[in-house]
Amino acid sequence: MTLTIQFSDITKWIHETLNASMSPGWALFSEFVLAGVAMILLVVVLAVLFVYMERKVAGFMQLRLGPHRVGPWGTMQVFADVFKLLLKESFAPFTVDKFLFNFAPILVLAVAFMAMAPISFAPGLQLWDMNIGILYVTAVSSIGVIGILMAGWSSNNKYSLLGAMRSGAQIVSYELSAGLSLVAVIAMCGSLSISDIIASQADGWWIFKGHLPIMFAFVVYVIAGTAETNRAPFDLAEAESELTAGYHTEFSGMQFGMFYLTEYINMAVISMVATTVFLGGWLPFHIYGFDAFNNVMNFIPSWIWFFGKTFFIIFLMMWFRWTFPRLRIDQLLKLEWKYLLPLSIINVVIVAFLVVMGWHF
Amino acid sequence: MENLNTELPKEMTEEFVVNIGPQHPSTHGVLRLQATLDGETIKDLLPHLGYIHRGIEKMCESLGYKQFIYLTSRMDYLSAHINNQACSLAIEKGLQVEVPARAKAIRILMAELQRLTSHELWWGSCAMDLGAVTPFFLAFRDRERILEIFEENTGNRLTMNYITPGGVMTDINSDFVTRLKTLLVKIKEHLKEYETLITGNIIFQRRLKGVGVLPKELAISLGCTGPTARASGLSCDVRKYYPYDGYEKLDFKEIVADGCDSWSRYVVRMEEMRQSIHIIEQIIDNIPEGEYRAKLKGIVKLPVGEYYQRVETARGELGVYIVSDGGNKPYRLKLRAPNFSNLGALKPITVGSKIGDLMASMATIDLVIPDIDR
Amino acid sequence: MTKEELKTYLEQTFPQNKVEETFDFPLLYADKSELFIIAKKLKESPETLFDFLFCETAVDRTPNLEMVYHLNSTTHRHDMVLKVVLEDRENPEIHSVNELWKAAELYENEIYDMFGIRFTGHPNLRRIMLGDEWPGFPLRKDYKDDINIVTL
Repeated sequence: MTLTIQFSDITKWIHETLNASMSPGWALFSEFVLAGVAMILLVVVLAVLFVYMERKVAGFMQLRLGPHRVGPWGTMQVFADVFKLLLKESFAPFTVDKFLFNFAPILVLAVAFMAMAPISFAPGLQLWDMNIGILYVTAVSSIGVIGILMAGWSSNNKYSLLGAMRSGAQIVSYELSAGLSLVAVIAMCGSLSISDIIASQADGWWIFKGHLPIMFAFVVYVIAGTAETNRAPFDLAEAESELTAGYHTEFSGMQFGMFYLTEYINMAVISMVATTVFLGGWLPFHIYGFDAFNNVMNFIPSWIWFFGKTFFIIFLMMWFRWTFPRLRIDQLLKLEWKYLLPLSIINVVIVAFLVVMGWHF
Repeated sequence: MENLNTELPKEMTEEFVVNIGPQHPSTHGVLRLQATLDGETIKDLLPHLGYIHRGIEKMCESLGYKQFIYLTSRMDYLSAHINNQACSLAIEKGLQVEVPARAKAIRILMAELQRLTSHELWWGSCAMDLGAVTPFFLAFRDRERILEIFEENTGNRLTMNYITPGGVMTDINSDFVTRLKTLLVKIKEHLKEYETLITGNIIFQRRLKGVGVLPKELAISLGCTGPTARASGLSCDVRKYYPYDGYEKLDFKEIVADGCDSWSRYVVRMEEMRQSIHIIEQIIDNIPEGEYRAKLKGIVKLPVGEYYQRVETARGELGVYIVSDGGNKPYRLKLRAPNFSNLGALKPITVGSKIGDLMASMATIDLVIPDIDR
Repeated sequence: MTKEELKTYLEQTFPQNKVEETFDFPLLYADKSELFIIAKKLKESPETLFDFLFCETAVDRTPNLEMVYHLNSTTHRHDMVLKVVLEDRENPEIHSVNELWKAAELYENEIYDMFGIRFTGHPNLRRIMLGDEWPGFPLRKDYKDDINIVTL
């Protein structure tokens, strides 16, 4: 690698310093705290970037400039918005179920943070390299729907309830094809661990070396991922023109802000998983035989590769959002159960056949 | 067995009532629809009106003939020119005034531009109701240019009050023709953009095709007019059947589709935009010279009698029914608003469909609420 | 049929009814009790086929109230006006034409709201715009409201 100091060196140094100055238990505890703070900071910075990016992309697609008044090129706009949300009263209507109403935004946000745990951002920069990383991400991210159902139910609002029920039906169904498309890669590389999956792509990203089935799986994953994050054209749970704001109609202030933040964190998780599984994680782009080109690619730091790919997939999702109209609920479910799911199952069977015959690279 | 059947509980579902409106993103105004839902399915729909009822008909009874026209701009504010035109025509009919040829040409130009702005706005908001936000901004791009032309020539952007009894308020600017011509070229290009962005989109087509089916017989019975009725195969263009202001001399097609669904309504409106451009192109180069307004008396008095004048607004047939008792004010003025009749179609075409379809139907019927309430 | 032809036709078909003409259309006066029969005949007889009720309204001709139906035929493309004079101002009542033309449902709601004319046989007669509590019927000539109505 071209980096002289690697992230693993930094983490190792922190580990050693902490262990030298305090007992192992306390060192572990402070490492947890440090990791947690770092993760929260990273996620918040990412979310702020995504919000700014979304506004600029939307502006670009809609023949306008996007935010450009607050700070240079409007960069401070997002901070201004966050401060506004922080200062606003989190108003709860009289008839809501108080406990669930207050708990729901915290739950969805916590779940979104949890899903970030096994993601590997750069070599050595990984919170928890567990052996079932991908399974963990899919399992944890599906808890989020409980928070949405909670929010819709506790609001005591018919629009919220409709939005929550839609969201439940939608996420439960699209989890299937998202999972199946990940299974295609897992079958090829033979491991659920994220570091193993990245390592298996050193000689070529799965989307290139996995034949057509993996490309298909990638497309399905992006579609299902967009649906899982409740973003347009699958934003039926919010469906502004139908349900005013769906499950978070009654939320205000930072409670609304948490739902908003969660949407972007979920987007980040989905695109990071897609990057890791299909686009080689933090590995650079190589073309076999072009050594000069490959060396130039190696020169680009790995975290830029990782976040570059992530932002590319997020841009795709934003492109969808600002181009497509929304589906209807029956069309949404039809798309999943009649088209995506059967095709994904067939795809997995083909992948299994390829693996058994040893026809993959 | 019979006993057993009566003992069995009914479906364990319960209908619930949702008030869609008066403040709702897709009613585009203050319309309240009391919807009875079973899950996502609409079982019943009851419109409640009057949130923007201003009593225009009553107010007109206390205003002179030249004065009440300004109120009609506030009905269907997206067809303000055409509303003014309808009232002017009704008064001219009573007074037996011949409108100068130049004024007639300007009226048609303005009316067709108004139809374009209205349909552009409809296109944007229709796509927005179906969840796509970008078309709204694209539509406003052209609409803004047309509104600028309106502003330069009439002084206002939305409620123009430009067409008056006897002609038009002021003459058009000297650069009106050149500016309009360059604009038309752009609009035609942009119409193609609209088609590629939304019309060909598979989701958009699936959302509209077969949704909100309004059979021809029902459309006739409900008194639907305009693109809503023409999409159901009912030929009812007032400009063709009861031409006014010289529409009979122009070459344009009446767009009739027989799909009866929301998609047909979409297609009809998109085609109508092209026809409007076609009409403008025919007149733009030969606006007759001469007076732009026939001189009327200061206080106008219509002879005793009843006068009915209809015009084709962007949403259908607007009827102005003036009952005169010979005085300087109308004894009774009834404004037959196109949206009021078209609203009647909303319930029969949405009952049994999903909430999303309600938005699609409402968007393609293109309701303007101030026109319903008046 | 043209206006004159239609007028002659109406005179021949309904000899006991008064036939006049407005500026635009031939005008037939119907009696309150036989309105529905005449309207049905006008809608269904093949010569007229008035299947399109494009405007239904009322006029307060003090002391009478007058119902005005503007009819159009989508096949023959001719129009006519049907009028009914209601002499009972305190408790005006007339048969609804909703069964013939569904458009009448909303129109009649509006007329009920503004003129206080009751329609028998109307499926859902309600004060559609002003609400049930509104005092009086605004479009009547004797309606007094010093606050809301600005006269010039």
